[in-house]
Amino acid sequence: MNIPFSQFTLENGLRVILHEDHRLPMVAVNLWYHVGSKNEHPGRTGFAHLFEHLMFEGSQHYDKGFFHPLQEAGASLNGSTNPDRTNYWEVVPTNALELALWMESDRMGYLLPALTVQKFENQRDVVLNERRQNYENRPYGLAMMAIAAALFPPNHPYHWLTIGETADLKAATFEDVRAFFQTYYHPANASLVVAGDIVPSDALERVRRYFGDIPPGPVPATLEVSASTDAEVRLMMEDRVEFPRLYLSWHSPAIFKDGDAEMDLLSDLIANGKVSRLYRTLVYERRIATEVMAFQNSRELGGFWQIVATAAPGHTLTELDQAIDHELSKLLDEGPTADEVERGRVQAEAQFVYRLQTLGGFGGKSDQLNAYSVFLNDPGYFERDLARYERVSAAALHGVAKRHLRRDRRVALSVVPKGKQELALTDSTPASVA
Amino acid sequence: MSAVDRSRLPLVGPTPPFHFSAIHKDRLKNQLAVWTAEHRGLPVLNMMLVLPSGSAADFEGYEGLAAITADMLDEGSGDRSAIDINAAFARIGSHLDIDVSSDATVLSVSCLARFGREALSLMADCVVRPRLSEADFERIRQLRLTRLVQIRDMASAVADRAFMQLVYGAHPYGHMALGTEEALRQMTIDDVRRFHERIYTPSAATLVASGEISALELQQMAADAFGSWRASAASPLADPAMAPPPAEPAHHLALVNKPGAAQAEIRIGEVGLTRSTPDYHALIVLNMVLGGQFVSRINMKLRQEKGLTYGARTSFDFRRGRGPFILQTSVQSDGTADAVEEALREIDAIRTDRPPAQEEVEAAKAALTRGYTRNFETVEQVARALAQLVLYALPDNYFDTFATRVSAVELDEVRDVASRHLNPGKMATAIVADAATVGPQLTRAGLGEPVPLLPRL
Repeated sequence: MNIPFSQFTLENGLRVILHEDHRLPMVAVNLWYHVGSKNEHPGRTGFAHLFEHLMFEGSQHYDKGFFHPLQEAGASLNGSTNPDRTNYWEVVPTNALELALWMESDRMGYLLPALTVQKFENQRDVVLNERRQNYENRPYGLAMMAIAAALFPPNHPYHWLTIGETADLKAATFEDVRAFFQTYYHPANASLVVAGDIVPSDALERVRRYFGDIPPGPVPATLEVSASTDAEVRLMMEDRVEFPRLYLSWHSPAIFKDGDAEMDLLSDLIANGKVSRLYRTLVYERRIATEVMAFQNSRELGGFWQIVATAAPGHTLTELDQAIDHELSKLLDEGPTADEVERGRVQAEAQFVYRLQTLGGFGGKSDQLNAYSVFLNDPGYFERDLARYERVSAAALHGVAKRHLRRDRRVALSVVPKGKQELALTDSTPASVA
Repeated sequence: MSAVDRSRLPLVGPTPPFHFSAIHKDRLKNQLAVWTAEHRGLPVLNMMLVLPSGSAADFEGYEGLAAITADMLDEGSGDRSAIDINAAFARIGSHLDIDVSSDATVLSVSCLARFGREALSLMADCVVRPRLSEADFERIRQLRLTRLVQIRDMASAVADRAFMQLVYGAHPYGHMALGTEEALRQMTIDDVRRFHERIYTPSAATLVASGEISALELQQMAADAFGSWRASAASPLADPAMAPPPAEPAHHLALVNKPGAAQAEIRIGEVGLTRSTPDYHALIVLNMVLGGQFVSRINMKLRQEKGLTYGARTSFDFRRGRGPFILQTSVQSDGTADAVEEALREIDAIRTDRPPAQEEVEAAKAALTRGYTRNFETVEQVARALAQLVLYALPDNYFDTFATRVSAVELDEVRDVASRHLNPGKMATAIVADAATVGPQLTRAGLGEPVPLLPRL
């Protein structure tokens, strides 16, 4: 099981990855720029994402918005920004590949002449509304801001979330746009996947034609930062919620690094699904929580691993904390069972195969190839990626859990209903988020 | 390397015709219908059991019964507990998905093809032999009651409920699948058992499957898994979707107060059309122009021109009965009245002084037809398509004819359905926002005094 591909690098440094799949008459175009909120600076957070919005506002040779011709051609399209990268994609009928390449290359090569202060200010308003909708007006919506700020020191680029601070978004200037574009949006800092109903030699020729004459810039230096926690941090925040929720977070391995897959598997066996350890004890047996989840957040400069649990009516976060701690201690003492390891293996296999069904969009094959290309410089990593999960042993899971999940290295955030600070874990300090 | 002509966009070639997989239909002796659409290429499978009853079938005063019944299915079967059942699914890398909408209950499993037989047998255990014990019921009910309380803080969920309550009232579509606290509290496990006995019956159900499987294989697997499923003795219910449509709402502007809310969640709309309306294809074209895609009028106005929102869209929710037409958006609080006015103006304009233009209609038709193929990429998408055929009695060749049907829609038809089926004067607006900020704005703008609303939760 793999994703067969061929790979080329144009003279201007653009990485091009081609994957053939003729099951349906459609093609996925997927373009990653190796820039995200990690490339921002304090005082100007949120800019990478705001910039992504501007990429949809038209470019020199077609200045009537990016969506119009593509939607009319039957495309679905979108983009997203995270701390590590910004991606853009179109899924088009085979006969509209040329159009997608025209549009993507025009905004890579000729964005700035079409940008205006008016577009910039309009999209800043849109982003401020995105922030209100998805963070400020959502229960527990600001929790991740407090957690990121506590896990990572102020000079670490994961200290802030990709959406950014409101004040920083308001402080962003139109002049910042040019420098950002020139630094990060050029072929040598990008990776392009064309996947689907293509003949690779023909697709490569077209890509060369559209992107080949866009001048490269210098490749941005790789960031070298690390973060660790040497004592437990306890925080609390009030929110417009009915039930208190506990967020426990630990530093964990970076994406694709040793221990990353193990932490991912640990999150499933600990808290995902009714058969997981925490669901069984907290929700099913003791009924002190209404929901519990765990995640490995795999990122380029370092990951973090999280357990999130919401208290059932009449129960406290202290009860939840003790019950979670008890289950974690048991796991750290005894390691996982053979049944848990086998379940993780087969679930990973199923997830990897399901993913192969989708050509484009977020998480489709083309996006996956670009993740391997940008983070590992190895688009052919699929089989080894799966192997990371298939070869995992109880001993390896146990070792990784013991290394990372120490109680004295965690950030514990209590989110409590307004005016109910007493429901937080004891000795919690109020977190300040904007 | 030839230079690129950037003076014009490349032309898009003709769209090849789309062909849905062949559909094989069988029936077990107990009348369970079994439909297969092969979709090969990867060793995966999706199987769905489709029951044509959902939350609209909740008896009055028992809002939430269909959903809690479905939720109880994987909470134990025979001598296996909820944990045992879920562990059995997890061991094959799968789980049971349960979806209760107004018109249907759909139970679905995706799995690696080699586990198909096992997955189907587990699904059958849940459907045919659920334990439905008192203790499990109490636990699940408590979780659902807590969920209802949590929802009070979720502006978008509150807005959805407020809108449906305002427009549909006591009609079977007027409540959400989760139901209400009052109804959940008075329900008993016996209600669940009766509902299960009545609704979960092979003669009403269809098993659909897609993926690496032949019709013959599915037929055999289905006979082994569901062969012992006995028909319900209870008489079938009248389709609640056929209840008479509700009267025009008593209030046209309602406000749910959320002190300190960071935005205003807005829903505007009315009772729409059924899936069987002959105007279906003209209406989806109309919706693309009005609010169904990024470049639609409403989104361009509220987001791209005014910057009031992250996005705004409209949809016709076509159901067996008359589902709603809804415009939904979430806007900055100080722009609420502006957004409501602009939205109503756009809805009015598309049926009066700014009817859809030829090029807008052609663009909408192209958007709907050219990329149609991508709706049939995964086994789950193909199985869901089969479920649509089941639920709305569409012909087997429906997906093959979709593009032709849409392409045949003419400009005049789109204008005609806009003027006949959009009634801005009768539409209701439900807003969830900080009333102190938003209330006076609405009144000042001449939109009227909003009626305070507390959604039934």
